[in-house]
Amino acid sequence: MDKVATKRDYSLLGRDAQAAVASGLAAAEWYHTDIPRKQMKELMKREDGPAIRDTVLWLGSMVVAGGLGIVFWGSWWCVPFFLIYGVFYGSASDSRWHECGHGTAFKTRWMNDAVYEIACFMIMRNPVTWRWSHTRHHTDTVIVGRDPEIAVMRPPDLFRLILNFFGILDVYHAMTDMLRNGIGIVSADEKTFIPEQEQPRAIRIARIWLAIYVATIALAIYLGSILPLMLIGLPRLYGAWHHVMTGLLQHGGLADNVIDHRLNSRSVYMNPVSRFIYWNMNYHVEHHMFPMVPYHALPQLHEMIKHDLPTPNRSIIEGYREMIPAFLRQLRNEDYFLKRELPPTAKPYREEFHAEPIAAE
Amino acid sequence: MSNWVEVCATDEIDEEDVIRFDHEGKTFAVYRSPDDEFFATDGLCTHEKIHLADGLVMDDIIECPKHNGRFSYKTGEAKGAPVCVNLRTYPVKVEAGSVFISLA
Repeated sequence: MDKVATKRDYSLLGRDAQAAVASGLAAAEWYHTDIPRKQMKELMKREDGPAIRDTVLWLGSMVVAGGLGIVFWGSWWCVPFFLIYGVFYGSASDSRWHECGHGTAFKTRWMNDAVYEIACFMIMRNPVTWRWSHTRHHTDTVIVGRDPEIAVMRPPDLFRLILNFFGILDVYHAMTDMLRNGIGIVSADEKTFIPEQEQPRAIRIARIWLAIYVATIALAIYLGSILPLMLIGLPRLYGAWHHVMTGLLQHGGLADNVIDHRLNSRSVYMNPVSRFIYWNMNYHVEHHMFPMVPYHALPQLHEMIKHDLPTPNRSIIEGYREMIPAFLRQLRNEDYFLKRELPPTAKPYREEFHAEPIAAE
Repeated sequence: MSNWVEVCATDEIDEEDVIRFDHEGKTFAVYRSPDDEFFATDGLCTHEKIHLADGLVMDDIIECPKHNGRFSYKTGEAKGAPVCVNLRTYPVKVEAGSVFISLA
């Protein structure tokens, strides 16, 4: 007899959230590949050099591309410069937000914090709210009802995914959240992961951002041109595609409700430009297993533990070739997922954590 | 009254590093600072129950391996999100090449 697919409840206050706590899936102990302490310490070591170099390149490229976009504004020549500016604003900010949120990008704390605040503004994620949501994402990665950052819920809403390549729904939600926080309201969901003493700061930042957007819109009206918005705000729409393209690969189509990152996360070999924009988060299994390892050491970590991990996808395109059919199958059967095959050298999965319900082939 | 418990020999902890020490059902983290002093705290992060001994020691900071929460291991002070609750610290002494912590 065919199994009836399990309807998932992604609400952080819903049925599956309670079930995850009751079953021990929430805040569980996750699988880690064994690495000797000495080597781990080397990998975790913090440096300022790589992130200073990359930040100068990132922000410097934005100044040049944005400047040339302004110079050529009004002609088609501005288009390539805004495309570059947009990707650095609306996509590279995602990985900078992420790495600096972990506090691993720089050795110097204020540098992490400064880049974190700038990147949060660009990617439109409240630095307080999203620090806590990402904390939960690492505690309960793709645990239904617990992880507030599941990008592709089941059954996948493909229309929503396509809209988000242009940032449309993300920006709509970001603006709604900013306005709500700006008037002093923290939602019930937010209260489940933001400690009470941190909530006033979330409100204060929403108000500062609101003031910046109001000033930008006022300048655009005064100048009679959308140019100010092409530099602040709109790049989150027209430059979002790269971070959505890479971000969907992180967990898309893979298992949920398991406590082994090898089953629910995907590493993908990528071209150097995408790796610069994405700050090596293509090594996503490695990052989730060892979030203390800075982005610049992830290739080294990958080499060290790849014997214990599923073989990475060889390219972004290869990742999509397996992920999109999985999304389409999940439209018919929510329980379907891609089960990552382990190499013979790897320690086996603990089957009891994903044997039920299993629909992978 | 002090209850000194032997943890290990001093050379079992590298400089600027930490080890885990379990005693009577409790877990502790014992540190050796870059200037060769020893310290001890509760072994689990106050944010979520993760062993700090798997974390990274940098100067006088211990960083949790799961969410990168930071504490001063000398004072136990939580240094910001996502950790908000201080760590409990314990007195430490070194005698005859061994590290002891007081669990009184």
